[in-house]
Amino acid sequence: MTVASQYAEDAEPFRISQLIYDKRYRSYTIQVLTMFLFMVAVAWLVNNVIENFRDLGKEFSFSFLWQPASYDINQRLIEYTSRSPHWKAAVVGILNTLVVAFLGCIFATIIGVAIGVARLSKNWLVSRLMTIYIEGFRNVPVLLWILLASTAFSAILPSPRQAVPLFGGGLVPTNRGFYLPAPVFESGSALLGIIFVASLVGAWIFGRWAHKRQRDTGEILPVFWIRMGIIIVPTFLMYFVLGMPISLDIPELKGFNFQGGLFVRNSFMALWLALSLYTGAFIAENVRAGIQAISKGQTEASSSLGLPAKRTMNLVILPQALRIIIPPLISQYLNLTKNSSLAIAVGYMDVTGTLGGITLNQTGKEMECLLLLMAFYLTVSLLISAVMNVYNNAVALKER
Amino acid sequence: MKTKLLTLALGAAAVATVSTGASAATLDDVKAKGFMQCGVSTGVPGFAFTDANGDWQGFDPAICRAVAAAIFGDATAVKFTPTTGKTRFTALASGEVDMLARNTTETFSRDVDLKFTFAPVNYYDGQGFMVRKSLGVTSALNLSGATVCIQTGTTTELNLADYFRANNMNYEPVPIETNAEAQEKYLANACDVYTTDASGLAATRSAFEAPDDHMLLPEIISKEPLAPLSRHGDDQWADIIKWVRNALVIAEEKGVTAANADEMAASSGDPEVRRMLGVEGEYGAMLGLGKTWALDAIKAGGNYSEIYERYIGKDTPIGLARGLNALPRDGGLLYAAPLR
Repeated sequence: MTVASQYAEDAEPFRISQLIYDKRYRSYTIQVLTMFLFMVAVAWLVNNVIENFRDLGKEFSFSFLWQPASYDINQRLIEYTSRSPHWKAAVVGILNTLVVAFLGCIFATIIGVAIGVARLSKNWLVSRLMTIYIEGFRNVPVLLWILLASTAFSAILPSPRQAVPLFGGGLVPTNRGFYLPAPVFESGSALLGIIFVASLVGAWIFGRWAHKRQRDTGEILPVFWIRMGIIIVPTFLMYFVLGMPISLDIPELKGFNFQGGLFVRNSFMALWLALSLYTGAFIAENVRAGIQAISKGQTEASSSLGLPAKRTMNLVILPQALRIIIPPLISQYLNLTKNSSLAIAVGYMDVTGTLGGITLNQTGKEMECLLLLMAFYLTVSLLISAVMNVYNNAVALKER
Repeated sequence: MKTKLLTLALGAAAVATVSTGASAATLDDVKAKGFMQCGVSTGVPGFAFTDANGDWQGFDPAICRAVAAAIFGDATAVKFTPTTGKTRFTALASGEVDMLARNTTETFSRDVDLKFTFAPVNYYDGQGFMVRKSLGVTSALNLSGATVCIQTGTTTELNLADYFRANNMNYEPVPIETNAEAQEKYLANACDVYTTDASGLAATRSAFEAPDDHMLLPEIISKEPLAPLSRHGDDQWADIIKWVRNALVIAEEKGVTAANADEMAASSGDPEVRRMLGVEGEYGAMLGLGKTWALDAIKAGGNYSEIYERYIGKDTPIGLARGLNALPRDGGLLYAAPLR
């Protein structure tokens, strides 16, 4: 019967009405129509942009990137003056974004893990305090935290002339930023660096040896302390043997500001602290969820094998919890990186402030600047995702 | 079949051209809306501020009101949009505002590259520096190493970079968005120096609790001709702004004030006054406006001198002398082309 009817249908000539009434063609009709409407909408938007640009007499071109930027940037990690081209100003901004995002991710992870574990503490006070921290930071927009930090720094801390250096000049908090001593490398410091790297390698080799020994004999060495000794002692001794080749440049008040040393601006501190504390609260919840997801039986089994609580956490719970923690952690890192564009609120010159702010404003190339900005954030986000996915695959459960 | 349809769809999408470009005839748009949209700054004492009723007042809003009065005969037919140094040009180019009156410096690139049309200058300014007297600084040349608060996206930002570079001095720029933010930072001593147009500095200083603790340094490092502006390509609209500004200046020259304007229109024998106030000729119609356009503009807030003295003049807390902004007969640069 089916065969017969198929033949009969095939024999029928195609009619337009089949596009609507025939089930076989209807889905095509709908898809094509949707596609058509979507393309029309896109074409309309693009065309609108082109027409409006033409009406305004603007030309789409990136040649402005090679013109001198003509403005100064306070925090620059590479050589930059007001005579440098706009692309260099963009690079300075990009590096500033990356620095705050990188340091932010590290600090947020440290906070997140510490708070997440502490929230599970049996100590009532500790766990409640952590709950307050998490709920407080998670539920207030990060922009407000950034502004609060910035205002607090500029309102509470003293101006440079009234500033009181702490730790014998080791830290000078002012309402413009924090001055720290900077290391000055003199001759001989290269040798010291080589010794330090060699110590690191030595510590690593010792770690492997100790691991092997433990597997063979079951004897556990105090690996951490011995490693610390290997890393610190030779470098420390050689430092004096070589006649102290690394000295500290202590900031001193000269003229309007402290000169010398390392200057960490309040805009950076405010942004970095607020982003880390905010994102740290989310990471803490991820960590808590990851730990709680591990069945209690694992802890009990580990205890019954005689492992102390600390080792149970480090060797049994955390490695398993990481599998659950990593995927949401990636999205927290992405959030932190993108949120760093709020830098503009406190005058931190990230890429949104240079390329998307002053360059855009001085050249009037809105479209070009914003497209470049979007391309930058997209690339960075995808890179972070890729790197974290590689790590995730490394810790993920291997099915054999 | 499917591929054929798809090709058809793509082709149709490609040729479908729908335009919603900003209309060239701003005057028609404004008349249709029933009000004009004017971009002002977010707040500079004397130049643009909101009064106790929340209405915008000041030297800049006054020119907007005069233009609105010239078009509608009603000085309140204007909506104000506060813009920052960064958002102002986008707001004007996108049609969010019809004109900008917000301490904007006329420059080549803004005129030619950003495609704006500047009306004649209505305030001649220059960039200055404000410092605390306690710093003991007497010249901008002593400012090497200072931390400088600077409004981002302004010509002052570029002048500052050029000035310090030319004099081989270094400085630490602190970029900020608005005048209010700069004031807060400067007063908290988070920057040693605040730099912007000298008029803006004087205005800002007047709002301090102890204005006498602060001083303006003698150096004026740039020319800052401030002028109202509109979008490029609409000459009629640009002409209206230009001639309202000129009418306010001519009114000062001829002694026409908000109070005596009606009387002058009725009795003045001066041909230029008669042409301006719509007694003679069809000058209003040539602009696309009513006969009494200039009369209404003058009645809205007075002539240039009245506006100046009311908001920023000697008797106000801002206390700016006319200086370059006086008529040529008083030694200034304020000049209007003849209305004929």
